[in-house]
Amino acid sequence: MSTGDIEDVETFRQRARAWIRGNLAPLPAGSGIGVMRAGESDEAELAAVARQREIQRMFYDAGFAGIAFPREYGGQGLTADHQKAFSEEISGYEYPADIQAPTFSPCAAVLLDFGTEEQKRQHIPAILKGEELWMQFLSEPSAGSDVAAALTSAVRDGDDWILNGSKIWTTGAWWSDWGLVLARTNWDVPKHRGLTVFILPIHQPGIEVNRIEMLNGNKEFCQEYLTDVRVPDTDRIGEVDDGWTVGTRWMFHERMLHNSPLVTIPADGARGTIRATHLVEIARDAGRLEDPLARDLIGEGRMLDLVTHALQGRLSRGLRSGRMPDQSAAIGRLFTGVTAARTTTLSFNLAGGASAAWTDDDGATAECGNDFLLRQVSCIGGGTTEMARNVVSERVLGMPREPAKDRGIAFRDVPRGASNRG
Amino acid sequence: MLLELDPDQEVLREATARYLTDRVPTEKIRRLRNDVSGFEADYWRAGAELGWTSLLVAEEHGGGSISGAGLVDLTVAAHEFGLRAAPGPLVPTNVVAAALSAVGGAAHEAVLAGLLEGTAIASWGYAEPAPNDRLGTVELTCRVEGDEIVLDGVKRPVESAGVAQFLLVTGRGEAGLTQVLVPTDTPGVTVEPLRTVDLTRRFSSVRFDGARVPASALVGELGGAAEQVERQLQLALVILSAESVGAMQAAFDMTVQWAFERYSFGRPLASYQELKHRFADMKSWLEAAHAISDTAASAVGAESPDAPELVSAAKAFIGEYGVELLQDCVQIHGGIGVTFEHDLHLFLRRVVLDRALYGTPAEHRQRIAGVVEHLKERA
Repeated sequence: MSTGDIEDVETFRQRARAWIRGNLAPLPAGSGIGVMRAGESDEAELAAVARQREIQRMFYDAGFAGIAFPREYGGQGLTADHQKAFSEEISGYEYPADIQAPTFSPCAAVLLDFGTEEQKRQHIPAILKGEELWMQFLSEPSAGSDVAAALTSAVRDGDDWILNGSKIWTTGAWWSDWGLVLARTNWDVPKHRGLTVFILPIHQPGIEVNRIEMLNGNKEFCQEYLTDVRVPDTDRIGEVDDGWTVGTRWMFHERMLHNSPLVTIPADGARGTIRATHLVEIARDAGRLEDPLARDLIGEGRMLDLVTHALQGRLSRGLRSGRMPDQSAAIGRLFTGVTAARTTTLSFNLAGGASAAWTDDDGATAECGNDFLLRQVSCIGGGTTEMARNVVSERVLGMPREPAKDRGIAFRDVPRGASNRG
Repeated sequence: MLLELDPDQEVLREATARYLTDRVPTEKIRRLRNDVSGFEADYWRAGAELGWTSLLVAEEHGGGSISGAGLVDLTVAAHEFGLRAAPGPLVPTNVVAAALSAVGGAAHEAVLAGLLEGTAIASWGYAEPAPNDRLGTVELTCRVEGDEIVLDGVKRPVESAGVAQFLLVTGRGEAGLTQVLVPTDTPGVTVEPLRTVDLTRRFSSVRFDGARVPASALVGELGGAAEQVERQLQLALVILSAESVGAMQAAFDMTVQWAFERYSFGRPLASYQELKHRFADMKSWLEAAHAISDTAASAVGAESPDAPELVSAAKAFIGEYGVELLQDCVQIHGGIGVTFEHDLHLFLRRVVLDRALYGTPAEHRQRIAGVVEHLKERA
């Protein structure tokens, strides 16, 4: 990155502040709070996504889209500090929440790392304008945490590849445009060596998108069935059979989302979380703000917020300077998962009896029971905390790896469930 | 600890590390358990020459920072103290030196010079015994009588009071919170030693029965000490947190090494997933503790508006997770982890004691709640 001739962060911050206040609506109190709460209706969700595309376009036109993206792809060519300033200034105002993850990171981040020049020129500017929303076709119904055990296959056919299989836990696939796909291209080598990454438009013949209902009525996750989907070889990302190199980086970007210079996440936290300021609202609406036990829980929530933020900063600096190995990102994933689950418990406890039964008039205490039902989402989504613990102990601390029955043998011969167990 | 030290900070770290390794190896620390003061006068004097007591003191008083952020520099030394379970009144001496430099005026310049040289020891009389032992409660009275101030009440625990020549005492008068610097040989001042869990730090209960000091003993304004006391608390918490994180690091490193070397059922402990997952959790707490400790240090050093909640978050988090980490290290060591012979307890003692000093995690969580409740007003 060039130095010298870029706008200094403070001037940029002032410019961003003025623009945000002049163009974006303030968010109502408590918006975006809770653990994956169910939306009002499909129409409302589609309208919200449309508004987010519009805001992203406004960012682009005002020179705030892709703050740390290279200028040659339509970005601003500024630094992580500029992005951080923008994220701080946008706190409390509407922002394109659903476009940040996974469109900007990990998807656009992977494109920047591994895409061809042509791929980057085609997609990055469109992403920055809000014209393309991307999703991860990564997890599979049969694989759970074993991401490299993907069964979705890609078979070469002339200049194309033919994809078959099923992907799952794809957020918002029904209203998104493009998918980043991990597929198996070679069954005769160990699992990590036979994968390849592709990109494809989601809405095309051969792709059936089914929505999954979560236990609280939320339907943002989807499962897709791919039947003979044709992908040109020019839409391949990285080398054939080297998809795990891409995939490792892909998951790194996913774990580092909250530190990524590529995304706008307001300084007061991502959507779908319970923040300490909200714990105050819950306690107040439950009539127990003066209770020392309640204040202990509020203080714990805020403590965890502050510590999480400090930890993410330390990891981010350590990874950037190379003082920490890349795999240290798993430390952040583990800590944020456990912490978010704990904070959900705090809100459940603060809400008291309103966790059992409530009306919409109960204010911040409403829905705390439902949030608690979904508590473990923070320890499952984006890779389970158990996987993160393995990464920390094995890759960061260098402890012996768990024995695996699939190491060193062709994926074709790996046991995959009771039915084909030798 | 900071991920990157500047070269001058590295000099301080290195000199402190080398000095502590030479002077107070763990065998020496074990022998200190029967020592009345817990450290030797010449040990502290030489340490002061390395800069242990001058980093929070203004240049015109003979102090000065290394990097421009003296408190951050001091955490570099404090971390080494924790890492080696080293003795010495690092917290109280620095807190008093900072106070005398900031608001002590000319009257206390000689005492301050002694603290900088390490020839004098001063302690910080902050906490009070039950039922006044809640964070920040002050019942000790200081009454103005003519040219004198009369003190009545009890402070406890007071670190190193047995070897200190001076105590900075917080009392309450008609005008409000007041601080005075009291020589420990003042008539009416009684210092009674207490027992404690640590091998290196000594604490006393200090009783003031109509103890009289001249008005010149005032530190700051009569009745105007609330802000300076809050500042002192923040400084103490930052130094203490950095020490605790050092002790956590030492115990963690020692236990990781043990897990690689100790075999059970024909394989190293480090190969068991149950233990690996616990090490991963500990590693996440440890990095988080480093992060919040450093964040609090720079916020307090810069006197930024979020300093009160950050420093309480550091104390609450490190107090809670520090002792959990240490006890997990004991558990993974098994029986040997609860012996006097093994080094682990030196660090366990440090974090256990630090957890209990200057406000428990629960008290600091409630303090944070008070801040977060008014967060919107601040924004």
